[in-house]
Amino acid sequence: MSEINYLAEILKDLNQHMEGQIQISENQPYTCIKTDEKNLIKLLKRLKQKHGFNYLANLTAVDYQDHFEVVYHIHSVPDNRKIMVKCSISREKAQLPSAVSLWPAADWQEREIYDLMGIKFTGHPNLVRILLPEDFTGHPLRKDYQIKG
Amino acid sequence: MISSEHMTINIGPQHPSTHGGLHVEAVLDGEKIIDTIVHVGYVHRGMEKIAESKTYAQFIPYSSRFDYLASNLPNLGYVQAVEKLMGIKVPERAEYIRVILAELSRIASHQLFIGSLCIDLGATTAMMYCFRDRERIMDMFEMTSGQRLITAYMRIGGVAEDLPEEFYPAVRSFLKDLPAMLKEYDGLIFGNEILQARLKGVGKLSAEDAIAYGVSGSNLRASGVNYDIRKIEPYGIYDRFDFEVPLGQNGDCWDRLMVRVEEIVQSARIIEQALEAMPEGEIKAKVPRVLKAEKGAEVYHRIESSKGELGYYIVSDGTDKPYRMHVRAPSFINLAVLPIISKGGLLQDIIANIATLDPVLGESDR
Repeated sequence: MSEINYLAEILKDLNQHMEGQIQISENQPYTCIKTDEKNLIKLLKRLKQKHGFNYLANLTAVDYQDHFEVVYHIHSVPDNRKIMVKCSISREKAQLPSAVSLWPAADWQEREIYDLMGIKFTGHPNLVRILLPEDFTGHPLRKDYQIKG
Repeated sequence: MISSEHMTINIGPQHPSTHGGLHVEAVLDGEKIIDTIVHVGYVHRGMEKIAESKTYAQFIPYSSRFDYLASNLPNLGYVQAVEKLMGIKVPERAEYIRVILAELSRIASHQLFIGSLCIDLGATTAMMYCFRDRERIMDMFEMTSGQRLITAYMRIGGVAEDLPEEFYPAVRSFLKDLPAMLKEYDGLIFGNEILQARLKGVGKLSAEDAIAYGVSGSNLRASGVNYDIRKIEPYGIYDRFDFEVPLGQNGDCWDRLMVRVEEIVQSARIIEQALEAMPEGEIKAKVPRVLKAEKGAEVYHRIESSKGELGYYIVSDGTDKPYRMHVRAPSFINLAVLPIISKGGLLQDIIANIATLDPVLGESDR
């Protein structure tokens, strides 16, 4: 039960602190907070520094064809609190501030997203391809990427 | 005049101690490591892209090919993620079979870890003992699925077939012999002074760094963080078993080895309890021939694999194929910490550090 109270408290704080900048949908098992690229770092910083979300478990992106969505699954270790943050960005710009300064775990995961999905993370210390060779063209996880047989 | 220039040494990608296509650049001052640059991607097969063109069931054999050293675990994580996405309930007996095979995979993976650590450090004979014992688990997998490494035994809603009759005596005699095996490793391997000197105090990873870098699994627990997904967020029927979570204190290579040895014992305890409590009955739920999830449904499901937190993030668009599937590969994220634990050490320590982080490159590169 304390788990739910804790979550309610976080959401109350976030609503006060970031009014109008976030949308919350309370689903199981991950409560989802949606925000835009301008407020992303402010939100992540508050989650980490005020609410103890010290572990970036998973960072990935989805191509919805009219926009990209970058998804953060953030946990706290070892007491296991969980939250999900989603940030929509336009396909034309495809750019987002980096979270490496908050969680070093974002380093390789952001490189992977850049490599496979072509989203740039501003402020990343070393944003180069990680899984594909340097001279590879295109970003294969984009839905418009042509697979050749 | 003594040159103060740094020297760069390449280790891998073709090198026996890199566990399958890992390239490490070590920047050295004499023998001391100034920096380590890790290059992955040599085994990248575009699995996440492949998943988008396969039906949910068709992807099962691919998921075995992530961590081919413990293939039941990524297999299990995948089918459970799909079951969660679609709300499929798994029969009791199948849950127990899954636990038994998953824990056997964990033991096999950890035995291979001990063996490959020894061979990386130059103790070729010691490796043979671990492989000899692991062979018995491979035989059990062959009995159940016909395959030794890439089993693809899990199904959405259960498992492929019931356990064969000859499986039970094999697993019981393995469990009976396991304490003797560990005693043998203890006398032959862990008691060896050279091995201890190569591992103790080497490659230290603090709990803070481990958490900040997203390290998971035995590597995280070796740094003293009590975080085992089977305990904190039990999936399947893991809440029914009594087992302990072994922890290290120093987060060095030695602790990463010892935690895994202890985990073998705990996995054996789980298998014993599962064999005891396993009911008769169905092994596969009745699921539709064409599996579809709701449009817009998504799931992040994670399991404690032998390498750490293995997560599947699946997004559905209502068709019979996933719209997007991302695999949170523990080997990939654990490897990012290699420069941190290697810095300030000696060139030879990199080998011990890679071996004790226990990456499997098929999973890291996907």
